[in-house]
Amino acid sequence: MSDQSEALSDLGDHIASSMPDAVRRFEVRRGDLVLYVERDSIVALCEFLKTDSTCLFETLIDLCGVDFPERGRRFEVVYHFLSMRMNQRIRIKISTDEDTPVPTLVHLHPSAEWFEREAFDMYGIRFAGHPDMRRLLTDYGFEGFPLRKDFPLTGYTEVRYDDLEKRVVHEPVALLQEYRNFDFLSPWEGMTAVMPGGEQDNLAESKEEEGA
Amino acid sequence: MADDLKTPVDEDRVFTLNFGPQHPAAHGVLRMVMDLDGEIVDRIDSHIGLLHRGTEKLLEYKTYLQGLPYFDRLDYVAPMNQEHAWCLAIEKLVGLEVPRRASFIRVLYSEMGRILNHLLNIGTQIMDCGALTPITWAFEEREKLMGFYERACGSRLHAAYFRPGGVHQDLPQDLIDDIMVFIEAFPAALARIEGLVTENRIFKQRNVDIGVVDEETILKYGFSGVMVRGSGLAWDLRRSQPYEIYSEIPQDVFPVIVGRNGDNYDRYVCRMEEMLVSNDIMRWCIENMPKGDVLAPNSKVAPPRRGEMKRSMEALIHHFKLYTEGFHVPEGEVYAAVEAPKGEFGVYLVADGSNRPYRVKLRAPGFPHLAAMDHLCRGYQLADVSAILGSLDIVFGEIDR
Repeated sequence: MSDQSEALSDLGDHIASSMPDAVRRFEVRRGDLVLYVERDSIVALCEFLKTDSTCLFETLIDLCGVDFPERGRRFEVVYHFLSMRMNQRIRIKISTDEDTPVPTLVHLHPSAEWFEREAFDMYGIRFAGHPDMRRLLTDYGFEGFPLRKDFPLTGYTEVRYDDLEKRVVHEPVALLQEYRNFDFLSPWEGMTAVMPGGEQDNLAESKEEEGA
Repeated sequence: MADDLKTPVDEDRVFTLNFGPQHPAAHGVLRMVMDLDGEIVDRIDSHIGLLHRGTEKLLEYKTYLQGLPYFDRLDYVAPMNQEHAWCLAIEKLVGLEVPRRASFIRVLYSEMGRILNHLLNIGTQIMDCGALTPITWAFEEREKLMGFYERACGSRLHAAYFRPGGVHQDLPQDLIDDIMVFIEAFPAALARIEGLVTENRIFKQRNVDIGVVDEETILKYGFSGVMVRGSGLAWDLRRSQPYEIYSEIPQDVFPVIVGRNGDNYDRYVCRMEEMLVSNDIMRWCIENMPKGDVLAPNSKVAPPRRGEMKRSMEALIHHFKLYTEGFHVPEGEVYAAVEAPKGEFGVYLVADGSNRPYRVKLRAPGFPHLAAMDHLCRGYQLADVSAILGSLDIVFGEIDR
């Protein structure tokens, strides 16, 4: 295990020293090599990873977005590459926001075409230079980006077949029952929510303070 | 009518055809808009997402254990293989050791899933090429295997059997004996199907040299599984990045099956051979299966046994907490992949230290395969499209998620 992570950090050193402008930093955690990369140099870096004889990351295994709304640049785009020849994997991360496009990888890795379309569909991450940027998984005419953290689980519209109009109609979601979202976190391990009736305690305390 | 007959043949013959979403050869709900030049395919634009259920979003709102059954509903042809990737991802983050017997049971049932998947795939592929009998024979075998699923976990399809830390229940001895009976009889059943198909002239005409995948395509389009091995590359995660007990299985029990030409026919032969290999692995697992626990003793993650709960107050509390709050996974991120029957099924899990995942990305093997459909079918005839689609092994549960 330690041999493996040593080999990975050697590989990380090699990449970081060969592409010093692109790689911000790298780390080896839980047996995975993670590179944090400048957004604009992602294409150059991937080209290097694909052709360099110690890397040979020729397969783009996965590409996905992650949403961190509290950050300044809220989206992370995470790439997973695999080298079948060297039998090694690498994870690459870049950050972006709603407006800043990410350079596309389609010309290097054609498999990125659908992955990028999916990331756009789910998060609204834009990819500059993508030849065919359309929604992929959501319905025709869908609006919004469902995997963003501020998109509700139930969505905004629901669909049903209207027998009178003889067509499928879209309507705002009407829930018969409030969506249940239980807070099961144990009070011993950092529960922050106020327990039912708990607001009374705070009231009593603040009154006492006022009285004093 | 007479005017139609006079239409000159050399006029523009390019037209657009809509294939699906309700088409028996589309293997689910796939809509393809095809530009054809006569019968030659110019371009395919696949429209997917008709089975999109938002699994990744739902997983963010469920505890880790509640999320597990969603994995059965991805590739519903081989449910336990998906659960496996989810459990591996969680175990990697928590740092949980799986008991040895549980590892053997997992491998046993993963290989069973592989046979389930390949039986369905070759059955439908053959049916797409016009032969209607083999699929019924394949389903007969599938039915027996789903019986084993049911006897292990209570349901034929949506198993929820693999749990973080092991498997839910131990296998009774008579079930293991019956699996052994199946293992002995299975090669003969497979040979029956093979006798109908493998040397069949029509089947060969439809599949040999159709849908050829070369090494460049594999690397560029992110292929995995049989799509890689059919072209002669010995790439199998069970061998190259082994998990569970795959590294212990001897080479003569588990050789990596590779094809030569990378066409539909080679992939069919690969799947046939892989089923026999899976059968051998299952036999090896049963013969070498140790006795012992099937769930990790760490009761902060794996629930206590029912018998313990009758006697120990602490076990009862653990059980209650695990099935309401669930366990907490330390902050971090991990990518865990298994060799699912269709290829590399990966789970990219971002945990924030709470009892729910922050983000889960499911890497379905069929997704990049289907994405390459346009590339694979270009220049082939319309009738080859359904043959190629059949050999890609597409299931929409996992592609649309």
